[in-house]
Amino acid sequence: MSTDRLLEFDDVVSRYEPVFGLETHVELGTASKMFCGCATTFGAEPNTQTCPVCLALPGALPVANAAAIEATIRIGLALGCRIATWCRFARKNYFYPDIPKGFQTSQYDEPLCTAGHLDVEVDGETYRVEIERVHLEEDTGKNLHVGGATGRIHGADHSLVDFNRAGIPLVEIVTRPVAGVGAKAPEVARAYVAELREILLALGVSEVRMERGNLRCDVNTSLAPTGSLEWGTRTETKNVNSLRSVERSVRYEMRRQAALLDDGERILQETRHFHEDTGSTSAGRSKEEATDYRYFPEPDLVPMAPDTDWVEQLRADLPELPAARRARLREEWGLSDTEMAWLVNAGALGLVSDTVAAGADPADARKWWLGELSRRAKDAGVELGDLAVTPAQVAELTQLVAEGTVNDQLARQVLDGVLAGEGSPRQVVDSRGLAVMGDSDELGAAVDAAIAGAPDVVEKVRGGKTAALGALVGAVMKETRGKADAATVRRMLEERVLGG
Amino acid sequence: MSTDAHSLSRDDVAHLARLSRLAVTDEELDRFADQLGVVLGAVARVQDAPTTDVTPTTHAVPLTNVHRPDVVTPSLPREQVLAGAPAAEDDRFRVPRILGEEA
Ligand SMILES: [Zn+2]
Repeated sequence: MSTDRLLEFDDVVSRYEPVFGLETHVELGTASKMFCGCATTFGAEPNTQTCPVCLALPGALPVANAAAIEATIRIGLALGCRIATWCRFARKNYFYPDIPKGFQTSQYDEPLCTAGHLDVEVDGETYRVEIERVHLEEDTGKNLHVGGATGRIHGADHSLVDFNRAGIPLVEIVTRPVAGVGAKAPEVARAYVAELREILLALGVSEVRMERGNLRCDVNTSLAPTGSLEWGTRTETKNVNSLRSVERSVRYEMRRQAALLDDGERILQETRHFHEDTGSTSAGRSKEEATDYRYFPEPDLVPMAPDTDWVEQLRADLPELPAARRARLREEWGLSDTEMAWLVNAGALGLVSDTVAAGADPADARKWWLGELSRRAKDAGVELGDLAVTPAQVAELTQLVAEGTVNDQLARQVLDGVLAGEGSPRQVVDSRGLAVMGDSDELGAAVDAAIAGAPDVVEKVRGGKTAALGALVGAVMKETRGKADAATVRRMLEERVLGG
Repeated sequence: MSTDAHSLSRDDVAHLARLSRLAVTDEELDRFADQLGVVLGAVARVQDAPTTDVTPTTHAVPLTNVHRPDVVTPSLPREQVLAGAPAAEDDRFRVPRILGEEA
């Protein structure tokens, strides 16, 4: 669908310097909405979680959700922000079917949190992203477009609105423009959102499920010729809803804008839409100016004045943040930066950490999650964390191996059983009979059978060719379907063939 | 905006109409510009009040931190919610085609 001319990325960064900024919207995981007691359950039947306040019926009055304010302040603290001692909500006026009041209750020139930062790492380099502000507002309803192609607004005959989402607390986190990162811009943008997501998870303020729209990004991108003192005109790509899309949208806008600038054309300050399928952007409405929103202080809500002692208490109670946690675990587990990066990129850090907490050796936990379990997840096309095995079960599996109950090969069969929902690793060992065979009568019989079945090999071994013993070990292992311990089998064979 | 604080130009009205998603005819632009000018003039009289010693405020009552605990309360039954809607379809509010978005 896109007919944009694009410049090769290497070409772009050889002659232009990108600047990007991100506005990230986070739906808080509160039980009730921002200004009313309606539930916030995801996936509820349309329009079953609405009331006079979030439907904007005449005379309804909002009351702010204390938990949402606390969560916003904790986010601000985690990002090193200053917390306002006094601030207000404001009305942002615009007309759209998904905002029932004709305005969004937001914050304007008095955000709850200002002037923070977030350090992100890309390829071993640390980049500081300055945070301009963190403010609290409310989400909109959801439009469903009917009659057009594939639910798109374009060509739609009419639209249907579900207000379940309207009024869910939404935190907006705005960065300052990030300049001077050159070709790394797309990756730094992605890394910022990824790290922000980790922080929000650590704080427990949101489920941050991007596929559910818990976290949505607007990405501003501009280009200026390298060495230029002025920044170029920026575009704002709306609703970029996955980490990969954040990176792609910055890359696409850089390539599109560079091609226009090369042709001597102007960049229009406009809103653009991101298309997941093609990774391209297309022009939306021309952007409304801040004055068009006719912001004014919300008269139906009184100011917020967070008590300083309370804020300090919240600061003291912050959990260990992801960067500090990674540094600590890296130290404790004796990993290199690269090994740590693998673990993080594989999405396995929390799983390994939980597995270690459940009693596994860090090296064993890492081996299972990065090896066998990663393979299983990839084969099944699911995230590592969505596999039907818990860190505690993985820890139990490593213990079964460590104590010699199963070997690595049997352990994989135990895992099959656990993933198939047959219970804990020990239960699977029992039910499937997977324990390693010791020096038992059963194993003895298998050893005797192997000796009787290969007199020529026995002759060679007795003649001094001890390496030939391997063939007999193999025969026993095959006979016992891998359940025997190879070292035990070898010892038993030596005793019986060579007479000990 | 126009130079005289108490009057609106046709362009101002056209801009406001666009923000409000209202289709306004040429003849209406003139009429509304006049009418809104009168309204603005009336409201502007508040500027005659002596306010040099008055701290700006948005509330008459000096309250802060009026919150509610994060507790779920019952929502309205959906039949009641949609009963007031001009049109409903598939348990949702039905609204006219949304224009001026996404080329
Ligand atoms: Zn409600």
